[in-house]
Amino acid sequence: MDKLLHIQNNEKVNRADIPHLPFDTFRQQLLACAAAGGQVVQFFAYEDQGVSKLLAVMRTDKLYVGGCDAPDSFASLTAESEKFHMFEREIGEQYGLKAEGHPWYKMVRYHANCSGKKDVFDNDYNQDIPGNYPYFSVEGETVHEVAVGPVHAGIIEPGHFRFQCCGERVFHLEIQLGYQHRGVEKLLQSVPMKRMPIIAETIAGDTTIGHGLCQAQAIESLAGLQVDEGAKIVRTIALELERIANHIGDLGALSIDVAFGPPAAYFGRIRGEYLNLSQILGGNRFGRGLVRAGGVTHIMGDEQKQLLRDKLDELTPEVENVSELIFSSPSVTGRFDNTGIVSKENAEKIGLVGYAGRACGLKYDARVSFPTECYGGLPANSNNRTDGDVCSRARVRREEVMHSTRLITSLLDRKEEAQSYTPQEIQLASQSFVVSINEGWRGEVSHCILTDEKGGILRYKVKDPSFHNWTGLALSLRDEGISDFPLCNKSFNLSYCGFDL
Amino acid sequence: MLKVIKNRIEQGHRTSKYPKEQINLYKRFRGLPKVDAKCDAALVKRCADACPQDAIDAKSCKIDLGRCVFCGLCETLSGGRFATFSQNFEMGTASRDDLFTTGNLPALAEHSKKHFKKLFGRSLQLRQISAAGCNACEADTNVLNTPFFDLARFGIQFVASPRHADGIHVTGPISKNMRAATITTFEAVPNPKVVIASGACAISGGPFFGSEDIIGDLNSIIPVDLYIPGCPPHPLTTLHALLNYFK
Repeated sequence: MDKLLHIQNNEKVNRADIPHLPFDTFRQQLLACAAAGGQVVQFFAYEDQGVSKLLAVMRTDKLYVGGCDAPDSFASLTAESEKFHMFEREIGEQYGLKAEGHPWYKMVRYHANCSGKKDVFDNDYNQDIPGNYPYFSVEGETVHEVAVGPVHAGIIEPGHFRFQCCGERVFHLEIQLGYQHRGVEKLLQSVPMKRMPIIAETIAGDTTIGHGLCQAQAIESLAGLQVDEGAKIVRTIALELERIANHIGDLGALSIDVAFGPPAAYFGRIRGEYLNLSQILGGNRFGRGLVRAGGVTHIMGDEQKQLLRDKLDELTPEVENVSELIFSSPSVTGRFDNTGIVSKENAEKIGLVGYAGRACGLKYDARVSFPTECYGGLPANSNNRTDGDVCSRARVRREEVMHSTRLITSLLDRKEEAQSYTPQEIQLASQSFVVSINEGWRGEVSHCILTDEKGGILRYKVKDPSFHNWTGLALSLRDEGISDFPLCNKSFNLSYCGFDL
Repeated sequence: MLKVIKNRIEQGHRTSKYPKEQINLYKRFRGLPKVDAKCDAALVKRCADACPQDAIDAKSCKIDLGRCVFCGLCETLSGGRFATFSQNFEMGTASRDDLFTTGNLPALAEHSKKHFKKLFGRSLQLRQISAAGCNACEADTNVLNTPFFDLARFGIQFVASPRHADGIHVTGPISKNMRAATITTFEAVPNPKVVIASGACAISGGPFFGSEDIIGDLNSIIPVDLYIPGCPPHPLTTLHALLNYFK
């Protein structure tokens, strides 16, 4: 890693200072970092004055960045470390750069590349999906295949799932997404600045604050904007409310997936109460329109603080009681325990993030490792059960709900008030780079911006935690009964639109 | 068992009495905008230029609720002199043109097609199609099934199969990759059927307008009967639209 540049989260870096290595050195550096326990935060291609280039941000307990000129085809890193597998497929799809020797090289989202190079997957994009993609298949007399989606039997997002089964037992699950692809990164590189926050907030609706915050911080860094302490408090509270609402909703849904109805009804309603708290903060249940580069659009006055305090006082005991109802019920624990296990070793290999990673024993929490906003001065959480099964994922979420509640309560006692918001003209620094990382409720959310010589956006890269974690869901199904799929799925609850972009 | 009973008592009865009793949303909620058409033209132009969704027509002083994401910027910029967002969540319309508004929407109930009321007034089964949005519309549609809203008490349900449905409820800007699935699902619903476009995306492409990877307007591939604006529509906006259009 000695040839990569050590950077900080949200640090403005001159692009000229980023080590530009020969490809072989670049490859060796990334692999050495991965072998030493490092994980990939960003690994993507971009074009600068007609030349294709690669850029990677790696994390250990620190952040590192490095780049290189991209050969049209190159020796796959995935062949040596699984941590790069999805990133290399994405690079091939977006820029037509082929990773030779990738063990399962197929499209990610099904769209033509932007470089005009020959499509590496031989797809004809004039055809509506499905394209030319081989599914992993298992053969044998008792083997059968179950195909589900893209349209699912519920109010949920589209995606295609292919199960290879022997009777009820799942050998392998392959997940093909891309149906939600709406060209987010391309839009972010081309639209006027005024549209940027609206698009960031709709990368994944349930992570409105997570993605909105990443973009705001990245822009603040490149435009040299300062954020006052009061605004940071509001932002931190908003991110934690988002975490609580989603975890609560999922705990209820997990309960109904094992046919234990009452907690699902209670938590369904209670989730709404937390969304309504976001509405008190910023006028929208998902936190839309609250976070903007430079601060927050709504200050949190005594009235809002008191409303939040009162509601949290009312809800917290209810949350504790309903959680207790779930986890003390033998019929629930009987289904949660030892179902959908992802080993710590596999979690490490594929780079699981967020609660899914923590439930496998990976400690990483961006709030602790690379703190932004108020997180530097707030206590970290710890988890009691990290066996990698559905039960661990559920328990980690329960613990995070209580931890987040404590964080919000302590933040509400702080005195600083945000300054009122005035929209301003934003000019980004030229020839610069920034990577922004926040712990969204699902895990590590990261945005990356590269600017050109005029301060225009040359490349905007988005990574939702789901980009890592879908592979975790696929692994959790191995050797499980197919009827446990809904349970495993809900224990991860990944984003289709955040992945598809 | 005792815990189940204890929790049941603690939770009590939470279902709202809407629409018999009105619900007042918190003052910061941004619902139907009211426009002051007499406001200074330069200020209107400033708001129109700054609007991230290009939803304001400076000439007519109208806001297109089909494009608006209710971010509140025009209210902030104009200090409330051009637009103010009210807490009125009742915003569904039966025609796209009605969404261009200064704040007065026609009563939805009168614009409902009479045969829909007769056919679906007592029982309405909808197939939801999620087509490339951000999942916020889906999430706030899903909550209609939670005890507070309890959609089923009105005889309205979201069903698993298009064959069991009376219509489709579409969210998202219809990515090219979802075009075929959206049309196939629509075709699988038996006639007569109703089509609902929910959220800015399904109506106009929403935040993603202009992207070459989306269709951006459900009505351009399937004729829409009911429009529910918002980004996402508040659950009460959806509930109001469904009740007024079909009941």
